[in-house]
Amino acid sequence: MSDYKTISATQIADDVREGRGSAVDFTSKALKLAATEGRELNAFITLCEEKALRQAAAIDQMSPELRAKLPLAGVPIALKDNISYTDYPMTCGSHILDGYIPPFDATVVTRLIEAGAVIIGKTNMDEFAMGSSNENSYFGPVKNPVDRSRAPGGSSGGSAAVVAQGIVPLSLGSETGGSVRQPAAFCGLFGLKPTYGAVSRFGLTAFASSTDQISPFARSAEDLALLYRVVAGWDENDSTSVAYDHPDYASVLELDRKLKIGLPKEYFAEGIDADVAATIDRARQALESAGHTISDVSLPLTNKAIPTYYVIASAEASANLARFDGVRYGLRESNDRSLEAMYSDTRESGFGPEVKRRIMLGTYALSSGYYDAYYNKASQVRELMRQEFEQSFKSVDLLLSPTSPTPAFKLGEKIDDPLAMYLSDVYTAPASLAGVPAISIPYGESSDGLPIGVQCIAASFGESLLFQIANHLVPRA
Amino acid sequence: MAVFDGFEPVIGLEVHAQLQTDSKIFCGCRVQYGAEPNSLTCPVCLGLPGALPVLNQRAVEYALRVILAVGGTVRQRSVFARKNYFYPDLPKGYQISQFDKPIGEGGGISFTLEDGSEKTVGLIRIHLEEDAGKSLHPESGEPYTQVDLNRCGTPLIEIVSQPDIHAPEEAYAYLVKLKQLLQYLEVCTGDMEKGHLRCDANVSVRPQGASELGTRTELKNLNSFKHVEKALRFEIERQVGLLTSGSVVEQATLLWNEKTGAAEMMRTKEESHDYRYFPEPDLVNLVVDDAWINDITGAMPELPDRKAARFISEYGIREYDAGVLTDSRPLADYFEAVMAGFDDGQAAANWISTELLASVKESESDIADYPVRPPMIADLLKRIKSGEISGKIAKEVFAEMAATGKEPAAIIKEKGLVQISDESQLEPIIDSILNAHPDNVEKYKSGKTKVFGFFVGQVMKETRGQANPKVVNDLLKRKLDG
Ligand SMILES: [Zn+2]
Repeated sequence: MSDYKTISATQIADDVREGRGSAVDFTSKALKLAATEGRELNAFITLCEEKALRQAAAIDQMSPELRAKLPLAGVPIALKDNISYTDYPMTCGSHILDGYIPPFDATVVTRLIEAGAVIIGKTNMDEFAMGSSNENSYFGPVKNPVDRSRAPGGSSGGSAAVVAQGIVPLSLGSETGGSVRQPAAFCGLFGLKPTYGAVSRFGLTAFASSTDQISPFARSAEDLALLYRVVAGWDENDSTSVAYDHPDYASVLELDRKLKIGLPKEYFAEGIDADVAATIDRARQALESAGHTISDVSLPLTNKAIPTYYVIASAEASANLARFDGVRYGLRESNDRSLEAMYSDTRESGFGPEVKRRIMLGTYALSSGYYDAYYNKASQVRELMRQEFEQSFKSVDLLLSPTSPTPAFKLGEKIDDPLAMYLSDVYTAPASLAGVPAISIPYGESSDGLPIGVQCIAASFGESLLFQIANHLVPRA
Repeated sequence: MAVFDGFEPVIGLEVHAQLQTDSKIFCGCRVQYGAEPNSLTCPVCLGLPGALPVLNQRAVEYALRVILAVGGTVRQRSVFARKNYFYPDLPKGYQISQFDKPIGEGGGISFTLEDGSEKTVGLIRIHLEEDAGKSLHPESGEPYTQVDLNRCGTPLIEIVSQPDIHAPEEAYAYLVKLKQLLQYLEVCTGDMEKGHLRCDANVSVRPQGASELGTRTELKNLNSFKHVEKALRFEIERQVGLLTSGSVVEQATLLWNEKTGAAEMMRTKEESHDYRYFPEPDLVNLVVDDAWINDITGAMPELPDRKAARFISEYGIREYDAGVLTDSRPLADYFEAVMAGFDDGQAAANWISTELLASVKESESDIADYPVRPPMIADLLKRIKSGEISGKIAKEVFAEMAATGKEPAAIIKEKGLVQISDESQLEPIIDSILNAHPDNVEKYKSGKTKVFGFFVGQVMKETRGQANPKVVNDLLKRKLDG
């Protein structure tokens, strides 16, 4: 079992393809860990045991020729519980979806299954992906495997915890403003926020449609690249998905040139933890001594990112979450009173406080008389931020920054201070708004032994470079 | 322009036309009226979490046809927007529509009024949107409402007119012309009863001669041609009544109730919705390039005026008849279908514009699903032309066709209605009639030739109308004059 907890997805797939290992065996190990250690961490909302074992058995029984074509043959994987997977409940970490079982698979699910991956469970998350600590879940907070008194980050806290704990080598979370990169940093993982449109959103419950991206976690750059290659690609069911000729990322992990790397000075302003700042400095020195050129750059709009992000994301969320009204599925309250009462009581008891806060914020930002001052203004700033990134990538290949201002904070530490919580997205929200890809790379530890993440941001569809820099900074063991 | 007690009405119409595409606007579900409730649905039109819209290109083409046909301008890059409101038949909690960047702007609809004058009503915009489902409120007073989402996601265009309409009759004429156009463009059936065409009106009144507009109200639910004029007249008179009694018109939305014949207050300005429109992030901008516009223009269906001209030249019918026959697309199609099996255009035009239309009107049905199909009419007309039956008998046969849907040949055979042209069959009958009426024969011979008609009538009576009138005339003349 201890071997399993550190084995790479690449190794599992190799073993299963070559017949050295069995998919059922790996899956059983994952399920067993999920039921024990996963439960202790409160990382899963649902385990998909029956289907997982069936999928695994089918892979083991497959002809070797067919199995040889599966890039993720027999690799156990976990999905954030806002991704549609048939036959099992989807909760989005909320009470309002009570009893809802999706009748269709998300496009990423179809791709995973076709690639031979085995979905073992649906992971805990901040309700509707709104949060940075996983404490906004109806199903309770997830514990950080590194230090169980601390938050795993959010909103994809469950998906981060299960990989960090060694229950599965891979998982999918979702990003809206940092929901994979920040938990990756908190749990010592690699996490990628893909270029907007690179991965189909079909089947992902929308939070903020214009920044949402399904995003992978892994324990190595190679595994991350492997999973990303499987889920990325154009989808006819998602009008915002982009046709792009994705290379086999995992086979081009070697960085074969010297890079120009920019350090955006606005990312090193007040509020940054001393250990985090020191870590970035070490990364900088390592890159410089490897022959890369590091220069200071300026992205002046960075300090507008948080207000801009919260206006736009909340506005979109206020519409995206209107469908949870008790009429067709999920929770329904006060059915015997009136339509109005049914609506308001269902949403009152179905949504948690953070979701309500954002629905109200978003509704306000879109309302007549305030639209121009909030939503419209934020959209204009966003467009300028996009241009700012585009401009900076004319002079540098990558931007280097911390992923989060601090390492993992204590559970309960920020839950009563929404603003402090929002500020933990300060380094991740800009790339989300601009639609460019960004990666969080685990790079060293704090004085308390907590993981620290380094973020690299590239131009659109620069994922290949992100995997290479990650592999360069943290070479495979 | 109509004047109501010194006030002039100012009316703008918002017409929702259901596009007759095979599938819905943002998913692959079939569009069909009257199917089992909720049978034509999928995750997208049910608004399930994670489902995403994908635009139906055919719906865009239909919208483009209309925009180009009315002389409007196509926006090269239009934007879909979410219109937010809660209602059980709106699964997503918002309707995908277009707001500040609609696909079409401008253009106009021209038509002829009763008095023969020409009128053009300008258009503000034409935009694409999805329809909502239907709430079914049970009649028997059950304490619940049922929702049918089959209609949800049906493509619509909303056609918004300028406030160029100044009388209920003009509104009616505008709608008739619009329906004709939509049918001709093959984009909408125009069936108001089935909700394929729905109309709301913005109504205000102002003292005659004033240039400033009065406070307007929105009148909803004008869902049959019969009621449009009635509802508008009601609302104009209500507003004029308020103003002449020293009161004021309040900005409000009213709902026309067909049963009571009155418009009922739905909500006042204070209660008006804030729809919080914003660009739909699940769809990219809709880009229409010149090549696409050229394709649509090149494949534009024949419009009424051109069709009438072609009917005149191709089938040799009179201009007046061409006008009647092209009045509606289904009627024009009917005529052409008859001509596929018959060669005398004017005879067909005469029959269709008199007998057929009268019968369709009387049975309160629609020509498109009238039981007497065009090949049957062609068959009947051929039998008249060949002399097999007389025009009079043909009317009897036609009545039977309309009632039973049977073929002319079967009816003629069943009833023994074949025309008698055989002289040897008619001669004994004529002889016996002449013998029975010596006095009238005498009158005729003394120059009172008017009694000739009496003899013809008697022969027809005796033969139950089956005698060939021409043969009867010839025989009678020969016997009486000889
Ligand atoms: Zn559908």
